[in-house]
Amino acid sequence: MAPLKRFRSTTVVIASSNIDTDQIIPARFLTTTTKEGLGAQLFADWRYAADGAPRPDFVLNRPESRGCRVLVAGRNFGCGSSREHAPWALLDYGFLAVISTEIADIFRSNSLKNGLLPISVDAATAQWLLTHAGAEVDIDLEKTLLTLPTGTAVSFPIEPFARHCLLNGVDEFGYLRTKLADIERYESARASRDR
Amino acid sequence: MTARTLFDRIWAAHEVVPETAETPAVLYIDLHLIHEVTSPQAFTVLRSLGLPVRRPDRTLGTMDHSTPTSSDQVFGNVPIKVDAAAKQVRQLEQNAADFGIELFAMHDARRGIVHVIGPELGCTQPGMTVVCGDSHTSTHGAFGTLAFGIGSTEVGHVFATQCLLQRKPKTFAVNVDGALRPGVTAKDLILAIIGRIGVAGGTGYVFEYRGSTIEALSMEERMTVCNMSIEAGARAGMIAPDDTTFEFLKGRPRVPQGADWDAAVARWRSLATDADARFDASIDIDASLLEPMITYGTNPGMVVPISGAIPDQAGDAVFDQALRYMGFQGGDAMLGKPIDVVFIGSCTNGRLEDLQAAAHILKGRKVAAGVRLMIVPGSQQVKREAEAAGLADIFKAAGADWRESGCSMCLGMNGDTVGPGQYSISTSNRNFEGRQGVGARTLLVSPYTAAASAVRGRITDPRELL
Repeated sequence: MAPLKRFRSTTVVIASSNIDTDQIIPARFLTTTTKEGLGAQLFADWRYAADGAPRPDFVLNRPESRGCRVLVAGRNFGCGSSREHAPWALLDYGFLAVISTEIADIFRSNSLKNGLLPISVDAATAQWLLTHAGAEVDIDLEKTLLTLPTGTAVSFPIEPFARHCLLNGVDEFGYLRTKLADIERYESARASRDR
Repeated sequence: MTARTLFDRIWAAHEVVPETAETPAVLYIDLHLIHEVTSPQAFTVLRSLGLPVRRPDRTLGTMDHSTPTSSDQVFGNVPIKVDAAAKQVRQLEQNAADFGIELFAMHDARRGIVHVIGPELGCTQPGMTVVCGDSHTSTHGAFGTLAFGIGSTEVGHVFATQCLLQRKPKTFAVNVDGALRPGVTAKDLILAIIGRIGVAGGTGYVFEYRGSTIEALSMEERMTVCNMSIEAGARAGMIAPDDTTFEFLKGRPRVPQGADWDAAVARWRSLATDADARFDASIDIDASLLEPMITYGTNPGMVVPISGAIPDQAGDAVFDQALRYMGFQGGDAMLGKPIDVVFIGSCTNGRLEDLQAAAHILKGRKVAAGVRLMIVPGSQQVKREAEAAGLADIFKAAGADWRESGCSMCLGMNGDTVGPGQYSISTSNRNFEGRQGVGARTLLVSPYTAAASAVRGRITDPRELL
């Protein structure tokens, strides 16, 4: 995983609330056995007509969305199914961050493990972003600051260990594996206790 | 010693390394359930690092999500129609063989939906931590376990270490009292709870369902309730184990036997929340006031009593988008709306009691002309039991399509789908846009309401046919 420190990008806005992971990547695309290439199917049922043609009115099909790395969405983004295919599809498309007032638990956890930054903001900041599609924002993970083009900077919460991993481009797995001696000790203690 | 909740006890007993300000806890996992859709990428990681599955004895695999439910594809010589699904099934067989994991493969008599077979075999036991790459893992919480869904990366973590890195969630008491009225089921109860809490109200929490209503529920009903915790945003939902739990588990293949059983029950009895324990949040529900419930929109929180009308919230963007998708108007009555498809099954309502409820309504009746009723048992064992009890004959006589077990039409990735624009009355757990097929319009209900609506061809209050 490449380190994620600070980046600037214009935003794409999908204002709906409760965008579930079935919308982000419909189940029929989950028959894949790899992580790659899911960006083409990101938001498939909103993005393409029944014949596969892009719907011109959907935001990801508009030219100004090309190259945007920040998605702004309504509250409770990523609810529903635990499919990690959702962050894989968002990352494969090119997004590096998702901003909402609330981000669902499992989606948040899956995103952090793949280098997609889930950013929860207050209602006023979210409202500003939702009504200013295409605004250029600055995201600084080192300082945990989201800066709007107005100059307003808001701090966002992020689990400290996940932040450490993202900043250094390391995954949590390496750390967990350093705990194997503790895990073995725990298992022996459990075995004698349950005997 | 400070008073503790059921959750606190299980968490503390599984903390390998406690959390600190800088690092999450290392949490030990007792039971890891896997299936064909969310495991392949995790096995790929193990292979690339040359790692084994550390505790194959704590890992159990089944096939359910992309697996077909037509008998000819499962048992005949007809190949699985969806090529990619066939590849997933073959890959899980290969992975299970290579890594020494017990797998209930396509023809295994014990195969079924992952959240049905765990309890059925007695693999799910009070006090355990249970995970699976599936958000409805919360189902197992009905047994007094801490059970939650994880992503594929975490599936890999559990494979390699039998542990997960986790921050301790907050606790939320869902207090339910009063007797459910006839015709009102556990499904109606959980839909009403989600309607009250909202689809994000449980984010960051673990629910504990408590109170006289919950204590009076059977294990199958408790599983229905815990199953849908995630639809209110909570990763896990749990219920204290009691005599109902022990009675259900006793004698099942994977539970302790003899003196070990007695010792286990004694241990399990001590798990319940202390009387003076505190929760971070709570809600009180009066179950005696509830009616059969039905969803009208595109998330499980958009729900009304069946005799009610769709609220009029025109101007609210979420509401307008949902109603446009559903083809409904604010103020519409739900009763009497025509339907096309009825699905009875899933990890929410695919167990024997659910099929008994459907059969109670369908006995001696016929599915309305033009309506397609698909009934899918939650496991091959449920299928055998339903056939032995004569339920399958009732279903077939009514004109239903009786299938092999699997997730089927709950998520439209195995060939079982609802057509574009069609209305589906479904006992599953999600009415999201396109969940049951592109353009499919899903209405979530209990098995009673599904069966009654199948008979009338319209949304029907099941109490008229009980």
